Amino acid sequence: MSKIFPKSANRLPLQIIIFLIVLLGVVTTATNYYATPKYTRVGYAPVQPVPYSHALHVDKLGLDCRYCHSNVEKSGVANLPTAQTCMNCHSQVRTDSPLLAPVRAAYQSGEPINWVRIHQVPDYVYFNHSVHVNRGVSCVSCHGQINQMEVVAHAKSLSMGFCLDCHRNPQANVRPLDQVTNLNWNADQVKIDGKPHAEWAAEFVKNNKIKPPQSCTGCHR
Amino acid sequence: MRYAYFTLAFLVVLTVSVLGFRGSTFTRPPMMVFPDTFFPEMNHQAKYKPQASSTFFADGRADRPLPAGVVSRNPLRDDDHLYRGKTANGQWAKGFPAAVAVDARLIARGRERYTIYCAPCHGALGDGKGIVTQYNWGAPANFHSDVFRSMPEGQIFDTITNGAKTMFSYGDKLVPEDRWAVIAYVRALQRAQNARVNDVEANHKQELGIK
Ligand code: HEC
Ligand code: HEC
Ligand code: HEC
Ligand code: HEC
Ligand code: HEC
Ligand code: HEC
Repeated sequence: MSKIFPKSANRLPLQIIIFLIVLLGVVTTATNYYATPKYTRVGYAPVQPVPYSHALHVDKLGLDCRYCHSNVEKSGVANLPTAQTCMNCHSQVRTDSPLLAPVRAAYQSGEPINWVRIHQVPDYVYFNHSVHVNRGVSCVSCHGQINQMEVVAHAKSLSMGFCLDCHRNPQANVRPLDQVTNLNWNADQVKIDGKPHAEWAAEFVKNNKIKPPQSCTGCHR
Repeated sequence: MRYAYFTLAFLVVLTVSVLGFRGSTFTRPPMMVFPDTFFPEMNHQAKYKPQASSTFFADGRADRPLPAGVVSRNPLRDDDHLYRGKTANGQWAKGFPAAVAVDARLIARGRERYTIYCAPCHGALGDGKGIVTQYNWGAPANFHSDVFRSMPEGQIFDTITNGAKTMFSYGDKLVPEDRWAVIAYVRALQRAQNARVNDVEANHKQELGIK
């Protein structure tokens, strides 16, 4: 009787198992890399109706975030500015720029400008700006260096792990309240009240009883 | 077996070339790991968030404008001095309303608010030389001229609330208490720019090198 299977077939089961292990590894790595917010969201920079530049208005003109996002310390929502906010200046500066036509039209008609939403937590998550901003957490921790962006891009993942990394260790991320909107502030280069940042932050967290929620109901309420 | 590895390698290269690397910018809406089509009503629940859009209302806004003739449920704002900067007979009020305590806390608050909302035009010193004047701007008021040194507080309050001439209103950004804080700080700036030697307290004179 002739052989049906060649001799090498004896190794085949083992080879198949090894291949499956390699396959599993590759698929896991790929999912981990591609199916998380670090890939799906970071870098999202939609085309806006007006090519508004934070780099120009914040870094060059020195406007504070709160000039436009004026409710960020008062409410849970950091509002986008009204058309009048832009017209404060653009009624006199660049009054005939075609780029600003939608702003002028919105100011005249009262219809809002349709800015495209960039950062958004799912509806099952509760998020509040004022609790963070009034506890010395800077915009830069969650939005990146907005002051250098010509076009706003999603810089951090804003995933649950990202929130918890900070909630478990707020010390590293707090700063004096008057520096919250100063995105160039660097904790390593300054002394606060004559103390290095780590020492100051430990006291700040203790004195203000800062205890960010880590239980599910804190954010999923 | 070799072919299986070749196929796998090919698939990896294909995936990477189609999906790219983390952190590159893109303009299409982000992909969802759990798409709404299969998991409706979790990411986007049937509720409106602030400044969102709506398909229900004709003008497409979820934030509804106030209907005409609406009455505020908040306490009646009947303190004319505090909320309108006027006296009982309709004149611009001078001085600060009784409800506002003028102290270091108020001025510190005023300084912060002034730096955010006024300094871009009127300058950090209140001299009308803010950053916008470098961009072909008209002339924001210089608070150190006599007109503004003698302008009643109530009129400055009204300027912030409703705007004046070419300056737009800041009433939507500053609540009345903050407007008074800004006014207190403007007064402090005016005082500082017109200070005399006698204004310096005796124990600080030596530090400044004046007799
Ligand atoms: C002159 C007004 C102005 C100032 C000052 C300003 N912004 Fe904005 N900001 C806007 C406008 C208009 C948009 C919407 C258009 C866009 O996304 O570019 C926006 C969008 C944003 C967004 C994205 C919102 C979204 O849809 O997710 C973030 C985050 C943001 N700003 C943060 C900041 C921070 C941080 C500062 C201070 C460093 C700042 N902004 C200062 C006007 C301003
Ligand atoms: C504090 C004053 C100020 C405010 C408030 C302001 N801008 Fe500007 N903006 C300027 C100045 C000054 C320039 C011109 C810079 C130049 O000439 O290089 C400018 C330039 C621009 C330009 C480029 C125009 C062109 O033709 O190149 C756009 C677009 C713009 N602004 C949009 C906005 C929008 C949208 C808002 C409201 C969210 C806004 N700006 C609010 C001061 C302001
Ligand atoms: C702790 C993280 C965190 C900090 C600090 C933070 N943001 Fe946000 N921001 C978010 C998240 C999360 C969202 C999405 C909120 C949502 O979907 O409701 C957001 C959304 C926004 C938006 C879009 C409108 C909105 O509120 O949904 C703007 C504008 C904005 N942030 C500006 C700012 C500014 C300006 C600061 C600093 C003064 C700041 N943010 C600080 C996390 C943060
Ligand atoms: C950089 C640090 C940091 C990041 C990132 C951060 N938080 Fe926080 N969070 C804090 C601090 C600090 C507090 C204040 C705790 C306190 O006041 O005791 C806080 C408080 C909260 C609270 C409690 C509010 C309340 O009313 O009790 C919620 C909810 C919350 N954070 C949600 C989030 C969510 C959702 C995210 C992710 C999108 C997030 N946080 C990211 C630092 C952070
Ligand atoms: C600091 C705030 C915070 C806390 C505390 C928190 N979550 Fe979350 N959770 C989030 C955010 C933000 C998201 C949205 C993540 C995203 O969109 O990528 C989320 C998403 C989820 C999801 C959906 C996951 C997905 O990828 O779609 C589940 C399930 C969840 N959380 C369960 C929990 C449980 C269970 C706990 C308690 C052990 C908990 N969360 C505590 C902020 C929080
Ligand atoms: C976008 C630029 C801009 C900003 C910001 C601004 N102003 Fe003005 N302001 C002006 C200009 C321009 C004038 C001159 C108006 C004129 O004479 O046509 C003016 C005039 C004034 C006057 C004199 C009004 C009169 O009757 O002559 C007062 C008082 C004043 N501003 C106070 C303030 C205060 C307080 C703030 C901060 C809350 C502020 N301004 C913010 C541009 C600005």
